[in-house]
Parts: sequence; structure tokens; C-alpha cells
Amino acid sequence: MNELLLVLVDRWPDILRASGQHILLSVVALFWAIILAVPLGIFLTRQRKLAGLVLGVVSVIQTIPSLALLGFMIPVFGIGSLPAIIAMALYGLLPILRNTYTGILDVDKSLLEAGRGMGMTNAQRLVIVELPLARSVIFAGIRTATVMIIGVATLAAFIGAGGLGDLILRGIAMVDTGVILAGAIPAAVLAVLFDLLLAWVDWYITPQGLRLKKQQAA
Amino acid sequence: MQNAIVFEKVSKKYGNSLVIEAMDLSIPQGQIVVLVGPSGCGKTTTMKMINRLIESTSGRILVNGQDIQGIDPVELRRGIGYVIQQIGLFPHMTIAENIYLVPRLRSGKRAMDIAKVDELLKLVGLDPELYRNRYPAELSGGQQQRIGVARALMSEPPIILMDEPFSALDPITREQLQDELIRLNEELHKTIVFVTHDMDEALKIADQIVVMQEGKVVQQGKPDQILRHPANDFVREFLGEKRLSPHLSYLVDDVMLKEPITVLPSRGLAEAVQIMVKKRVTGLVVTDKNGQYLGITSTSDIYHRYTDESLCIADVKQVNAVTVKSGTPLTQVIPLVQEAPYGYVPVLTSDGKLAGLLTQASLVDVLAKPYLQEVAS
Repeated sequence: MNELLLVLVDRWPDILRASGQHILLSVVALFWAIILAVPLGIFLTRQRKLAGLVLGVVSVIQTIPSLALLGFMIPVFGIGSLPAIIAMALYGLLPILRNTYTGILDVDKSLLEAGRGMGMTNAQRLVIVELPLARSVIFAGIRTATVMIIGVATLAAFIGAGGLGDLILRGIAMVDTGVILAGAIPAAVLAVLFDLLLAWVDWYITPQGLRLKKQQAA
Repeated sequence: MQNAIVFEKVSKKYGNSLVIEAMDLSIPQGQIVVLVGPSGCGKTTTMKMINRLIESTSGRILVNGQDIQGIDPVELRRGIGYVIQQIGLFPHMTIAENIYLVPRLRSGKRAMDIAKVDELLKLVGLDPELYRNRYPAELSGGQQQRIGVARALMSEPPIILMDEPFSALDPITREQLQDELIRLNEELHKTIVFVTHDMDEALKIADQIVVMQEGKVVQQGKPDQILRHPANDFVREFLGEKRLSPHLSYLVDDVMLKEPITVLPSRGLAEAVQIMVKKRVTGLVVTDKNGQYLGITSTSDIYHRYTDESLCIADVKQVNAVTVKSGTPLTQVIPLVQEAPYGYVPVLTSDGKLAGLLTQASLVDVLAKPYLQEVAS
């Protein structure tokens, strides 16, 4: 235990740098996953005939083992952070896409009827009714994607993208448990922290009226 | 009278099935017009064609003289109030935001005219201070639907469509909201198109009733006209026999008061007055200890001779008052009760005992009974 502490103190600058890389990789990948998946999810609710096909394709991406997916990137994009980010973003697509799609479809039909009857345009219906009410479901998808992406980011070191995976790989090569843990512990902590952070953000931006409704249901 | 909405040979087809068939319908301005009929008769479809939530297949619909095919559906709907059974308040918005929705849709801005919101809250009977900033989840169903009505009134539309707005509420709340809708429209004179499957509701709130069956208008008229002259067997059946002739099958025994206030003949006049004061009646039935009918007496009989302290009820009672036998059909005795000098007629058993008392009030009661029973069930 003392040994581990020594390694942690010793490697502190390394750990910080690797964590910074790790977070940056994850956040950029998450950003692109959201930018792609949310509009695509909304689009699918308008074109529901396509939904089965698109969700199917995205599910297939999800079933590819993450290390294999990173491997596929190398022939196309080479090594470094770009292929890693692309692979991570692809990996995070499914939960966000699926939750956006089902979240919007699950909005109470009578609210849409009321909105239409009062003269909402399609855009108003989306912005005023569907997105605010589907938001918590979409957010749950984003949380799942975040945890997954932070996990996959650990493997990004294999294709030279850096991050905490670097420390773990180095530790394995050096047969040095301390170094392995210097990468593994922060990676685990990051995933938990981000999940908690997003849970708090979710609660914070939930409109009061919906919080009340949840309390009543509970 | 001007027509707010006119249907000219309007049909609606879904695939091969004809839901509305060449319908002609005129909806007069400023009245509550109720479309009523069994489920599947096309009443909701008819209503939704007015704001183009459902497009007609053929024919013309004129709103305020203008063919709605020439109006942008979004603009058309913003100019027509809309209230639905599921209420449909947006749970993430405050009451004020819900009410102020149509102006927001128009301007694209969130800024609110709170004074206008408050005015509407007062109009539907809710205290603005208390409710303005609450959320729908904090309100009861009845209160929520009041907000639904306020929301529909926000942009001061001349026409309001209401699709079974009170059907999901409990009977007492429903009655209240019906009463208030009637009151509200005496003030506002909106053209209200109200859809329901409930004939009682229709009879209660309508200025005009439109009875529909299988996509056609069977009869249109004032509630009284419909009740007096049902156009055909379908309307008669839909009204129900009980509404048309509720009293035909009753016997006097069904209607009479079972325990009328009685007095023994030996009582003094002052005692009799005490009984009348206590029970709040103006007349008493005189019976002996065994319940044998002896006569009736009233305040006027007593006060006439009140000063004579030696008298008892036996001396002032009227013995030749009209009585009826238990088991008599009610229809035969209605004129007797109406003409009885004190407004009541004792009912006697075959051996001359008092069975009960028919009063004018009990007749009113029985005529209203079918309605009361339905409210309770």
C-alpha cells in the first residue's frame, strides 16, 4: 500500500497529464456522439420507417468489441487521437440515439394533440414540448454513453492516443503493479465522477414541474 | 342568427370506409352547440375537421364565412380555442406559462402579460396569487381542466372546440364545471362546439344539440325540441324512455313520504303548533295510536281558533280531505295533488290506516329522479 502511494506521488505529473488527455479524448468523443445522435434520433421519430434499420446498424457497431473497433480505425485513419475519438464517438452513439428516439416517442400523445390543436408548428412542438419532456431520457442515454466512452478511452492508448491507458500499458510492460494502478485507479474514479456529475446536472436542469410529478409518482 | 361554422356536403373517408357522409351542418354564433352520439358516430371527427386536425375528403367548411382550405392550418388553430378530455397541460411549464401559450406561439417570445393571465385565472374561478406560479402536477383534475379552459380563452378566439372536456372528471366536479361553462358563456358569448357521448351533459349545457349517428346528423335543435319531438327511434332510444316519460310506471307508494308528521287527536292546539315549528311543516295528519287515519289539520285551522284553550286537535281537524288508496298509479293522482288545498294528499291502506303522504315537492323529486340516479352511479 505504501509502495502504491509512493508510485502515485512519484508519478503525479504523469497521472495528471494522462488524466487530462483522457478527459479531453472522452469529452471530444462525447461531444461528437451527442451532435450526431440527438439530431439523428429526432430525425428518426419523423421517419419512423427508417428507425429499425438505423438503430440496427448502430447496434451492430456497439457489438463490435471495443479493441477491435479501435483496430478497424488504424487502416483508415492511422494512429493517434483522431481514430481513437472516432471509435469512441461511434461507441457512444447507440445509447444516446436510442434514448432520444424512444424518449421523444414516449411523450404523452395527448400533449402533442393539445399542442397541435393550439397551433404549434412542427418546430415549436419539438422545442416546446418534445425535447423538454424527453430530456431526462436523452440525458440518461448521455450518461450511459459517457461511462462507456471513458472506459473505451482506456484502450485508446493501444492506437497511440494517450490517456490513462498509457500508464496501464506501461505498467504491464514493466510488470509494475504500482504503475498499472496509477492508471487504473484514476480511470475508474473518472468514470464514477463523471456519472455523478451528470446525475447532478440532470437533476439541476429538470424543470420544477417535472420534479414534482416524479415525486408524486414515487 | 349568423352562423359561425358551416359544413357544406362534407365527407370524410378513411380508405374505403365513409366516416362522415355528405354532412350539412350550421353552427350558430355565440351558442353552446353539443355534438352528441354513441362512440364511432363521427362527432369527434366532425369537430376536428373544424380546425383541420383532420382534413375533410370532400365538401367545404366555412369558419366565419371563410373556406378553411384557404387558411394556413397553424394560423387557423391559433384562432380557435381547443380543450381536450386528457386536458393536456404541459407538465414542465407553470400554470401562467400554460395559459399564455398561444401568444408565445405567435410571437416566439416567452415574455408574458401577467395581467391577462390573472384575468383569465379569475374568470375560471382560481386565485391568481395562489395558482399563477404553480405546476399542473400540484392541481386536481378539476382545477387542471379550468386551466385548460383558460388556456383556450387566452387569445380571445370567437370559437372554442371542446372534446369531451369533462368526461374524465368525477361527477361532482363535472357538474360544477358544466355550471361554470354555462355561466361563462352567458358572459362571453363564444361559439362553443362541445363533443360528448353523455346525453345528460348535452341536455344540461346545450343551446343547440346535434344528434349524430353513423356519420350523419339525425336531428338538430334546442334541448327542449329534442325531448319533445325526437326525430326517430334512434334519438328516442338515445334519450332513453325514462327521460321522455319518467313518471308513467310509478305508483303513489314509490313517491309518497313514508313517515309523514302526525298528531294524536287528543293533543292541544299549542302542542300541535310546537310540532309544526319543530318539523318545519304547515300541516299535520291526524291519526290515532294505531295509525288509523282521522283527518288532516293545518296552521290556518289552528290559528283560527287558537285562543280557545279548551279545544284539541280532534275539534279542528278536517275530515273530508281528499285521500288516495295505496297502490294507485301516480299518473291518476298528479292532478289531485296539484289541486289539493294544502298541497298534500294522505295515502291510506285498504283498512284505512295512514301509509304515507303525497306532497307537491315529492312529485318534483320523482320527475328529477332518473337524472339524480345517473349522477350517483
